Amino acid sequence: MSLDLEMEEIFKIFFEESFEGLDLMESSLLNLDVNADRETINSIFRAAHSIKGGAATFGFMEVSNFTHGVETLLDEMRNGTRPVTPDAIQLLLQCVDGLREMIKAVQAKTPIDTQRIATLSDEVAQLLARHPGRPAAPAVQAAAPAVVTSAVVVPPLAPAADSAPAFLEGGPGWVIQFQPHPDMLRTNNEPLRMFAELERLGRLRVTADVGAVPPLEELEVDACHLKWRLELAGAVEKHAIEEVFDWVDANCSISYEYCAGQGAAPVGATPPAAEPAAVAAEAEPAAVATPAAAAAGAAPVAAAGHKGPADAGSIRVSTTKVDHLINLVGELVITQSMLSRFADGCSADELDKLREGLTQLTRNTRELQESVMQIRMLPISFAFNRFPRLVHDLSRKLGKKVELKLSGEGTELDKTVLEKISDPLVHLVRNALDHGLEKPEVRLAAGKSETGVIELAAFHEGGNIIIEVKDDGGGLNKARILSRARERGLVGADAELSEEQIHNLIFAAGFSTAETVSDVSGRGVGMDVVRRNINDLGGHVQIQSVEGHGSTIRIRLPLTLAILDGQLVRVGSETYVISLVAIVETIQAQRDRINTVPGGAQLFRLREEYIPIIRLYDLYGIEPDSRAIEDGLLVVVEAEGRRYGVLVDDLLAQQQVVIKSLDTNFRQVRGLAGATILGDGTVALIVDVTGLVHVFNESFAAGETLAA
Amino acid sequence: MSTTAKTADKRMDATAAGEQYLTFQLAGEEYGVDILRVQEIKGWERATRIPHAPHYVLGVINLRGAIVPIIELRKRFALESSDFGPTTVVIVVKVMGERGERTVGMVVDAVCEVYNVAADDLKAPPEVGSSVDTTFVKGLATVESKMIILLDIDRLINASVLDGLDAAAA
Repeated sequence: MSLDLEMEEIFKIFFEESFEGLDLMESSLLNLDVNADRETINSIFRAAHSIKGGAATFGFMEVSNFTHGVETLLDEMRNGTRPVTPDAIQLLLQCVDGLREMIKAVQAKTPIDTQRIATLSDEVAQLLARHPGRPAAPAVQAAAPAVVTSAVVVPPLAPAADSAPAFLEGGPGWVIQFQPHPDMLRTNNEPLRMFAELERLGRLRVTADVGAVPPLEELEVDACHLKWRLELAGAVEKHAIEEVFDWVDANCSISYEYCAGQGAAPVGATPPAAEPAAVAAEAEPAAVATPAAAAAGAAPVAAAGHKGPADAGSIRVSTTKVDHLINLVGELVITQSMLSRFADGCSADELDKLREGLTQLTRNTRELQESVMQIRMLPISFAFNRFPRLVHDLSRKLGKKVELKLSGEGTELDKTVLEKISDPLVHLVRNALDHGLEKPEVRLAAGKSETGVIELAAFHEGGNIIIEVKDDGGGLNKARILSRARERGLVGADAELSEEQIHNLIFAAGFSTAETVSDVSGRGVGMDVVRRNINDLGGHVQIQSVEGHGSTIRIRLPLTLAILDGQLVRVGSETYVISLVAIVETIQAQRDRINTVPGGAQLFRLREEYIPIIRLYDLYGIEPDSRAIEDGLLVVVEAEGRRYGVLVDDLLAQQQVVIKSLDTNFRQVRGLAGATILGDGTVALIVDVTGLVHVFNESFAAGETLAA
Repeated sequence: MSTTAKTADKRMDATAAGEQYLTFQLAGEEYGVDILRVQEIKGWERATRIPHAPHYVLGVINLRGAIVPIIELRKRFALESSDFGPTTVVIVVKVMGERGERTVGMVVDAVCEVYNVAADDLKAPPEVGSSVDTTFVKGLATVESKMIILLDIDRLINASVLDGLDAAAA
């Protein structure tokens, strides 16, 4: 069992490394567009080669066979026998996608999209065939002797695997994958004799796979391009079979799988509880194809079928971070031993030492907390890396010339935030490309350079991370946005809106100014989702745009979701926490600057703006110190591009609070983001400003609408 | 997990037949809850109010880092509220619901005893017309000539915490 777990671990590493390799291939391929230097091709080749090798070792033959074609293509480019053409790069990029899908499928133990893979490998084969003049076999042999010599991709074994139990008729038996190396025949070993030997042990069925046989003109007569699948019925001892293949051991890849017979499903193919039986059949081909290289008996087979928890999620942490943590824990131990001296009491003259120890403990704790948080931090390049590809593909499709500039890829942020920000970013970049940047001819006419620039930047500012998506395109067309908004009834016909308010309209649900809906964007479902996602993360979005000169979308996000920089406020006897990110300023409210509008809502004149006053005690039903506005303080917060004044009795400390979910034991409450535990052990509720504003607006929904 | 639950486990082995119930006082009546569901009993402390919660949810407290809601059972049963006294305690119970296990505290007047109740001694709750909700009463038991109302915690808390809140929010 522990072996299974170990294998599971190794698989995990293989998957992780493969995905990294694919990412590397992708980014390098995109670089090839610009400069096709040897080193770049080499690095792509190496990545493909490791994926192929790994896949073959673990028995993911479909992956390894497919990668093989890709590798051959790359090898030719590397050797200079094949020019690096945009078409080839495009095909290779598609292959990277295909491989990624395939490895994902293997990882999830779902069936591989064989149709698509077959099409892709056909294309690769065609491309390879178009450039003869050099035999495919020797180059490949040198690269990976353990793999079949051919550029033709072997069809997947799934149908054969399905029929295995039928042949074995539910009785015990062995399924043997026998794949001789091409030169086996040259060593005077005859497969037929071995099969005859096997037949003495029990009923035998032999299926030959001829998929790897090269076209006639490339065929070397004494090379073996066949591989076989042997099904042997009967409770045969494993070593008896091994004996048969003893002589060719070094010249072939071979794997054995024991089928225990009816009742007990084939070893290793046992699906986890509640998995339909069909999945077991799907998982089998991968399990069956384990080559000898990794096969220490049937163990890998068992491991392949054993499913770990679907996605436990793992983080790669740099050793420096771990070392730092270990150092800090060491310091903590020292502090602890220093403090433990005082366990039996402390004389007056030692008091200073005690204080010093406590100070040190405070420092240790804080540093430790920061370092532990650091573990969850990943550089934003994880999100940025996919953009070169996206921009490359999109700009082709839209016929625009684009240069993508990335900066601050090293900026770190919490893994959860990172995962959730990726999709909104994709949306913004797509938008910038589709709506923002103009076609080359339009750009030239406007006196700009033909190539548009999209900039993605990330940097820290205070306790937040800022991500900017900037384009030098046409900018937001205010007149068009306004007229469209009026058409949709989002804005009253005669309402006067500030520039910022007009810009914010693009975040309204269902809003799109694109004349035609393309498959890139224009359905108007994007921006409201973007804003909602970002708000959910406790951040907010801003737009700056100058017509004719481009737009900048600025996302401000907290570094982590677990901790929040909060302002503690008091209303009556209750303490609430308001996120500092949402707070614009806090002011003393004067009565003469307050107007009451019909419907009961009160507005406060803040410089030239009128902001609605939210009385927390009314919304939350608590008794405040005083209901007179001038006795309280107005905390001006910003939500969804508008400002509100939250009336509280008093401001308390500003501190970092750890966010605890209310949902765990209770349920989510509208207007609250969660709760936290204060230094004195009591619970304080964290105000979700956006939610609060919604609750507030609804409380007026029945009566008069709030004048903007 | 807690010591209460552990000792209960042991006694369960000894008395194999029937279940053990922790009983408590509420406005003169004695109620019982399955002792295996009781995580701990703690003194009353002020809870942080939750806006828009049903009136019987007093708020949430910090239970060793977890945020736990507190329900005042008197209010839940529409009994007259009384001031909290020295015997007022919070029984922290584990509730199984659709979303898994949750921890909830119930404020009661006082804890009483732990009784064994054999399955045979459990009587179904009487039908008292449709106006009285008895879904969260598991049954009645007579122990030492007293009547004890045995509660189905899962129904009591789920019905109250969730639906109550929905009703209040609506």
